[in-house]
Amino acid sequence: MRTLETVLAEHPFFAGLEQRYLQIIVGCASNVVFEKGQIIFREGEEANRFYLIRQGRVALEVHAAGIGTLTIQTLDAGDILGWSWLVPPYRWHFDARAVELTRAIALDGECLRRKCEEDHDLGYELLKRFAEIITQRLQATRLQLLDVYGAEGHISRRGGT
Amino acid sequence: MVPRPFRLRQVRRETHDTFTLELEPADGSDSFCFRAGQFNMLYVFGVGEVPISISGNPTNPHVLMHTTREVGTVTKAMGKLRSGDVVGVRGPFGTPWPVEHAEGADVVIVAGGIGLAPLRPALYHLLAHRDRYGKIVLLYGTRTPGDILYRRELQRWRAQFDLEVHITVDRALSGWRGNVGVVTSLIARAPFDARNTVALVCGPEIMMRFTVLELQRRGVSPSHIYVSLERNMKCGVGMCGHCQLGPFFVCKDGPVFSYNKVQHLLEKREI
Amino acid sequence: MSQSGAEGGKRFVLPASQFQQVFDALKRLGYQIIAPTLLDEAIVYEPVESVDELPAGFTDEQRAGVYRLKRRADKALFGYAVGPRSWKHYLYPPRQRLWQAKRDGNGGFQVIPEQEQIPRYAFVGVRACELAAIAIQDRVFLGEQHHDEYYRRRRENALLVAVNCVYPAGNCFCSSVGTGPRVQEGFDLAITEVLDGKSHFLVIEVGSERGAAVLEGVDVQTATEEQWQQAQQAVDSAARRILKHLDTTDLKELLYRHLDSPHWEAVAKRCLTCSNCTMVCPTCFCHTVEDITNLQGTVAERWRRWDSCFHIDFSYIHGSPVRVSEASRYRQWITHKLASWQDQFGTLGCVGCGRCITWCPVGIDITEEIRALRRSEEGRVAPTVPQEESHANT
Ligand SMILES: Cc1cc2nc3c(=O)[nH]c(=O)nc-3n(C[C@H](O)[C@H](O)[C@H](O)COP(=O)(O)OP(=O)(O)OC[C@H]3O[C@@H](n4cnc5c(N)ncnc54)[C@H](O)[C@@H]3O)c2cc1C
Ligand code: SF4
Ligand code: SF4
Ligand code: FES
Repeated sequence: MRTLETVLAEHPFFAGLEQRYLQIIVGCASNVVFEKGQIIFREGEEANRFYLIRQGRVALEVHAAGIGTLTIQTLDAGDILGWSWLVPPYRWHFDARAVELTRAIALDGECLRRKCEEDHDLGYELLKRFAEIITQRLQATRLQLLDVYGAEGHISRRGGT
Repeated sequence: MVPRPFRLRQVRRETHDTFTLELEPADGSDSFCFRAGQFNMLYVFGVGEVPISISGNPTNPHVLMHTTREVGTVTKAMGKLRSGDVVGVRGPFGTPWPVEHAEGADVVIVAGGIGLAPLRPALYHLLAHRDRYGKIVLLYGTRTPGDILYRRELQRWRAQFDLEVHITVDRALSGWRGNVGVVTSLIARAPFDARNTVALVCGPEIMMRFTVLELQRRGVSPSHIYVSLERNMKCGVGMCGHCQLGPFFVCKDGPVFSYNKVQHLLEKREI
Repeated sequence: MSQSGAEGGKRFVLPASQFQQVFDALKRLGYQIIAPTLLDEAIVYEPVESVDELPAGFTDEQRAGVYRLKRRADKALFGYAVGPRSWKHYLYPPRQRLWQAKRDGNGGFQVIPEQEQIPRYAFVGVRACELAAIAIQDRVFLGEQHHDEYYRRRRENALLVAVNCVYPAGNCFCSSVGTGPRVQEGFDLAITEVLDGKSHFLVIEVGSERGAAVLEGVDVQTATEEQWQQAQQAVDSAARRILKHLDTTDLKELLYRHLDSPHWEAVAKRCLTCSNCTMVCPTCFCHTVEDITNLQGTVAERWRRWDSCFHIDFSYIHGSPVRVSEASRYRQWITHKLASWQDQFGTLGCVGCGRCITWCPVGIDITEEIRALRRSEEGRVAPTVPQEESHANT
């Protein structure tokens, strides 16, 4: 059996992180498995963890009356699920559901926040990694918002930015 | 430069707003040869003429195929045609995808929306000469699962050939099991050797710009990235001036360009 | 084309009073003569029958946004420069049917290419800049890969009777771009009008066999060396009277450097995007097409019509035009004429005829705009160091 620490170290999110930080983080980590269709968290619930997906696929969903349930993004092995634990009010903004059998490592948000407060260098390392992911997702979301394939065309936004 | 009448053998509905025409010369004459990436000017009787890429198989010149999305006057009129009807064809025009140049390399095809249509001939070519290429990866983004083109064919190809297909949609109802997210997010994890890869990209211009950024982040050189561009076109032969992009006539210097040739222009506003 | 340079070409002389003989010879050979004539307060190229229809004794005053006819003190036949119309009206007409399509009853149709009767044109009075413009449009429409049949049919049979400019107008700058005022090549016949107190004659150079054939039926004499020298001096003095200038050094790079220049916004404040400049320009070739049907929907026609990069829908692709702002459209025009044209056709797209300056309702001047771009660079490269020094001294 591989230790949780090696699993953590192999996940792209922690790639290159110093050993001593990994040792701290592992104290907040646990292995989790979600059955196909299982809800991982729901919109509005307290956000107290995040997940490193190791296998499977998770859908982020929103409900809207008249539309139904809409998937706005899917996350796969190697991705990070959730950063609402980082910033107040620590609540999930979407539902997360396992689309297939999904294995992940859950990290306890409160535990991590506390360790980051104690060791700002660790906090800085983690924030850098989150900042990168958040930026990527923001870019992707902007693209999605542009609705580039939409019937009224991408073209009206052609040129610029 | 007058249109040649072609008869519709068949009209296939691909999605709610997209259809594929299968055409043959109305005079029963010879076949239609073209290279993957080229386009024709298609004329609907009395309505008008628009540039549409050839979406069929370049190794089978007996059927001419075009996949069109209904967006305005001419394309909507085209969508009302039935088998037996006739359209006018001028072409083929424009530059092809550099499929020969890509031999020996991995090929990544990134398509957005209707942008898969001009890329399908390239796929036909690559698969017909499968042994000449390394990995072949298709990354394809559409708006919703209902907008996916050539679904069955893609499934068949995936089963039959050594071809990786990753499809993603911008949004989906919860029944959808595939990816949701923008096509650029597929690039980071796609299996190809960035240092020896040729990328063929077609889709909305914004999608192409972001795609190129991701490809470069993976390490693909801009001179190995090819994009197919769209501009207003009236003649197809470099005489009407409408398709100009800086020094280029997109109709004859393009529509397929290597990205480093046009990058500085695409970064300018309203050029 | 069979026209060639004047070297070795023979030189003849004809009294101006006998010029009708040339017209008669052209008509005998089956040509339709197009020549300058007065129409609506301007000198334009129109079909004519007789020398009497030339605007003898008129000249044109041209400034930015201004065109005015004036009486001359003499009876010069060609004592003016170029008017609002250029020869492209005849080689590449403003509106032209390309083909018709007829329904055949079983869902199909038949395409019938335009079978027009094209006159054999003789263009009389083609200026040096206009010969250059025709050569430029030849490159556009008679390319190696594709050629335009409608243009070719007109161009092939057209006979070009050139005229050396002796009275350039205020907006002419052909000498800056190397096209004039002296005609150099591409003509069948070239005329220099000499008019001094005593005599009024035409020196005629032969540029091609077709041109020589025309003179066969005309009572020309071989020009004397003195007559030839008189003609040369007339053109030389014209060259000295051209005051407008376009600095072409580094022109392409200059424009490419200025794609983002704030200057375009400044021009856009004045430009009405009326497209006058592109319509009068002898090299502009852009066109659009129109598809029409008869009421029963059984016959369709394709027409081609001059278009302009100043029109907002010129660059339309589904959703929105590419060039929405006026600034981007002016930039496209001038950048095409002076920069990208060089990449596309290996020549400038401007022959220095000055028409776009004269016929711009607000008097925008292509040479001034280039000067303004150059000035904006001077401002940038020369920092304010000398000024600071002078501050220190005071
Ligand atoms: C090289 C090339 C290949 C193309 N391939 C395909 C294809 O395979 N499938 C497909 O569905 N579409 C394709 N397009 C886009 C297609 O040409 C336009 O959707 C079509 O011209 C719209 O015409 P419309 O009359 O229906 O729309 P309207 O909005 O009514 O357009 C009016 C006119 O504007 C021009 N125009 C509008 N949109 C475009 C556009 N996007 N590109 C160029 N001109 C436009 C045309 O001249 C058109 O006649 C291609 C465009 C180009 C330049
Ligand atoms: S750009 Fe102006 S000056 Fe130059 S050829 Fe055209 S009309 Fe004449
Ligand atoms: S783009 Fe503009 S300047 Fe160039 S040929 Fe066309 S109308 Fe003339
Ligand atoms: S479409 Fe006419 S010049 Fe390109």
